[in-house]
Amino acid sequence: MRKSFLTVIAVVLLSFLLLFTSACGNKSSTSDTIKIGANLELSGNVATLGQSGLNGVMLAVEEINAAGGVLGKKIEIVKYDNKSDNTEAASVATRLITQDKVVAIIGSMTSGNTLSYVNIAETNKVPVISPSATNPDVTVDPKTGKVREYIFRTCFIDPFQGTAMAKFVLNELKLKKAVVLKDNTAPYSVGLAKFFVEAFKNNGGEILADENYTSNDQDFRSVLTKIKGLNPEFIYVPGYYEQVGQIVKQARELGINVPMGGGDGWDSPKLVEIAGAAPLNNTFITNHYSSLMPDPKVQDFVKKYKEKYGSEPDAMAAVGYDTVLVLVDAIKRAGEATPEKIKEALKTTKDVEGVTAKISLDENHNAVKGLVILEYKDGKQTYKAYVNP
Amino acid sequence: MTEFIQQLINGISVGSIYALIALGYTMVYGIIKLINFAHGDVYMLGAFAGLYATLVLKMSFVPALLFSMIVCAILGIIIERLAYRPLRNAPKIVILITAIGVSFFLEYTTMYFLGPQPRAFPAIFKEVSYSFFGGKVTISNREITIVVVTIVLMILLQYIVHNTKIGKAMRAVSYDMQAARLMGINVDSTISATFALGSALAAAAGVLVGVYYNKVFPLMGIMFGLKAFVSAVLGGIGIIPGAMTGGLILGITEALVSGYGSSLYRDPVAFVILILILLVKPSGLFGKNVREKV
Amino acid sequence: MLKIWFTKENLTVTVLLLAVLFGVQFLAQAGIFTPFIMFVLIQSAIYIILTVSLNLVVGFTGQFSIGHAGFMALGAYASAIMTLNFNAPFIVSLLVGAIVAGIGGVIIGIPTLRLKGDYLAIATLGFAEIIRGVITNIDYLGGAYGLMGITQRTNWLWAFGCMLVTVMVIKNFVQSSHGRACISVRENEIAAEAMGINTTKYKVIAFTMGSFFAGIGGALLAHYITFIEPNAFNFLKSFDILVMVILGGQGSITGSVMGAVALTLVNAFLQSLAELRLVIYAIILILVMLFRPQGLLGSYELSFKLFQRKRGVNHGSHSADA
Repeated sequence: MRKSFLTVIAVVLLSFLLLFTSACGNKSSTSDTIKIGANLELSGNVATLGQSGLNGVMLAVEEINAAGGVLGKKIEIVKYDNKSDNTEAASVATRLITQDKVVAIIGSMTSGNTLSYVNIAETNKVPVISPSATNPDVTVDPKTGKVREYIFRTCFIDPFQGTAMAKFVLNELKLKKAVVLKDNTAPYSVGLAKFFVEAFKNNGGEILADENYTSNDQDFRSVLTKIKGLNPEFIYVPGYYEQVGQIVKQARELGINVPMGGGDGWDSPKLVEIAGAAPLNNTFITNHYSSLMPDPKVQDFVKKYKEKYGSEPDAMAAVGYDTVLVLVDAIKRAGEATPEKIKEALKTTKDVEGVTAKISLDENHNAVKGLVILEYKDGKQTYKAYVNP
Repeated sequence: MTEFIQQLINGISVGSIYALIALGYTMVYGIIKLINFAHGDVYMLGAFAGLYATLVLKMSFVPALLFSMIVCAILGIIIERLAYRPLRNAPKIVILITAIGVSFFLEYTTMYFLGPQPRAFPAIFKEVSYSFFGGKVTISNREITIVVVTIVLMILLQYIVHNTKIGKAMRAVSYDMQAARLMGINVDSTISATFALGSALAAAAGVLVGVYYNKVFPLMGIMFGLKAFVSAVLGGIGIIPGAMTGGLILGITEALVSGYGSSLYRDPVAFVILILILLVKPSGLFGKNVREKV
Repeated sequence: MLKIWFTKENLTVTVLLLAVLFGVQFLAQAGIFTPFIMFVLIQSAIYIILTVSLNLVVGFTGQFSIGHAGFMALGAYASAIMTLNFNAPFIVSLLVGAIVAGIGGVIIGIPTLRLKGDYLAIATLGFAEIIRGVITNIDYLGGAYGLMGITQRTNWLWAFGCMLVTVMVIKNFVQSSHGRACISVRENEIAAEAMGINTTKYKVIAFTMGSFFAGIGGALLAHYITFIEPNAFNFLKSFDILVMVILGGQGSITGSVMGAVALTLVNAFLQSLAELRLVIYAIILILVMLFRPQGLLGSYELSFKLFQRKRGVNHGSHSADA
């Protein structure tokens, strides 16, 4: 009995090993496709970001392939799930680079997961381009101050959004007393809050309190009650729409009627559903674009996205889409789909017509694009101001 | 002072939700001594069932609540039969791992079919807010509903457990499964009934929370499930009024910590309280200390 | 004494292990093992450390802990700070990480180990969440941003070496009289106490050792990925390790090794299944528990003797029906 059991174990383990090696054996890349890796959060606690991002990526790839691909080849996306976990993200990156031999990686949606493999990409000299890792340290090594050669992003970084909102509040809304309410488990939120606070203080504003919540929260009434007692003129809530929707709703229910604001994490059609149209009045966000902009490119994207996925795109889907456009533009200009050439071409990315903006990459490998400030009126985003990079 | 009253109201309404989920937890734990990690996910499915009932079947609040409770009661029985019953005599830790497996399965199957994005609940409830002290204290009808529903369900449950035949069977089984069987109690169907009841309660909580927070999503059960379990342990697991008290204590503490302390330490403080209670009185606030027999 | 050490079996094992150690290193350098295979191997080695150390607590001593990720976090952060801010040599960082985690184990263990079963489980889970919550709130440790720029020091030799040390130490511990005392605590605490065993002492010892090695695991991971953030040490990580222990078999060190390797492989294999990944993982988990609740090995040890149809290391009456 015991022996047979051991044999069973041995067989199971062996078959796993075999499956494993066959699954990740060196698939020789066929010459008629260009392989691009996608290292995304498709399961785990930020799967919302990864799956939206993937939708955007796949839509763009489909369009490009339908139009004949790039350099006469079709694009093939090799996607793996990193479970929203940084060890897994590093594992996936290694796998994409060394097993699948991709020419570039579309990076993870969060800064943390992207940061866990910047070294791997640098060592193996494969470019990574993240749709939404906003932490400045992703592309610039904070210790040496040097730009990471192979890491790029197509979104703006935390300081830009935080500072823009601080100035907007002080100069346009003419409000001087603000409270910050951030998600202290989300680096994105912590980053925006930090730069908002800095800019707000430096320009003569006063921060009454810096409060926190976590991504798991559903009830924000106690912290909002505390904020209400401070009588702020403005509340900055840099966070993702899942929580922000509830925060805005609960704040209004508690009778907090002052203006509120946030960043691109707010941008999702779900926000209006969760918060309700009326509570959202008098809120302002910084964003890449507005899905309601009359720009035909934007409207075309929104329409196609709706047809394919049956829902409106959120900000993550839009940046995912644009990431592919930037990458494909680089491959086109490189003339050859090798990591080294793509990296060089990415560096000189200029005015790629994306959905979110005309994207150029600066010397720090960050996207240079202006941001728009939008105001919610009766559940609709309305254009308020444009801020130059 | 008004702020304090408001914080109490906040704490009581969150606490009632914890209590509502904890009621189901405590029933299931009481009878088979299993931390049913999947309970939080049944609660999530309950919320989705309620959403489906209101959006697709166009039901109003009460029918949707009942629909979701029935769906989850059936689901609870299925889960117990397929995953837990074959392991009834296995070591506890094995059942716990199975429960974790079931929990993952429910979460990610839901996510696979419905996507990870949250969904908003339709407004099936007219919102009315009442203000006191010149707008400094507000309370909405949904908060009142939650508190009332929780209390009603608690009393109902207490009645079922103490005054009905099935309740007696449940208590007998939880006291000594073998002896209960010898007394002619059908242990399997009693456990099934407990799961059905517990899951229906979870479903009720799911629908109420969906309406209250206006948001349902596949991973919503994780944190609330954990907090509910903490509440159940606080009050003394297996004890129905204990779950209620535990939930309220946790909710109010959390509200006061974020209101007067630092919002950063709200979750850690909740766990510190749990551990302190466990150390001082391991059987929970209402629990009786049972001497361990050799 | 020496005779006990230099038995035929021990020699064979030593030779075999050295062969694996240098063989893999050679294959990697020759480029036959791709970096991804190396990644999975190193990850497996680290998970073996974590699993074996948790098995000491859960499997051998019968103390139901689901807070292992908390100790991993302590080790990872302490060692990362040593490397980043004090330029400590790797071995020092590892030790500091392990010691900090060990101290954490004592501090948490002494009060909580009075609890039993599920209560202990929930208390350890609570402690792990407290540790994570506190780290998130300390700016010196990078807060939610995490710590980046840790030099990569962990390689195959380090990972495998630490794994060997861990397995050896824990194996010798459980075979010593102390280890038997731990097993008696698992089998029947009251009876153990009646036999004059200081159950609290042994529980704390096992718990401390478990956290010490968890700290090493965390430290190795931090110096391998080069980036750590509090979210990486949530309770799902603790579950992962617990699942490896149970899958391999409680009270079996070789079982833990197998459980860790098998799940690491399964995990890597499932990456390509994207959204379905955790669904399949869950199904595998439930099926294994239903059809083999005692885990792959139960409480048996895989050894050369076993092939001769003799019992390997026997751990008490907890025998499986294999």
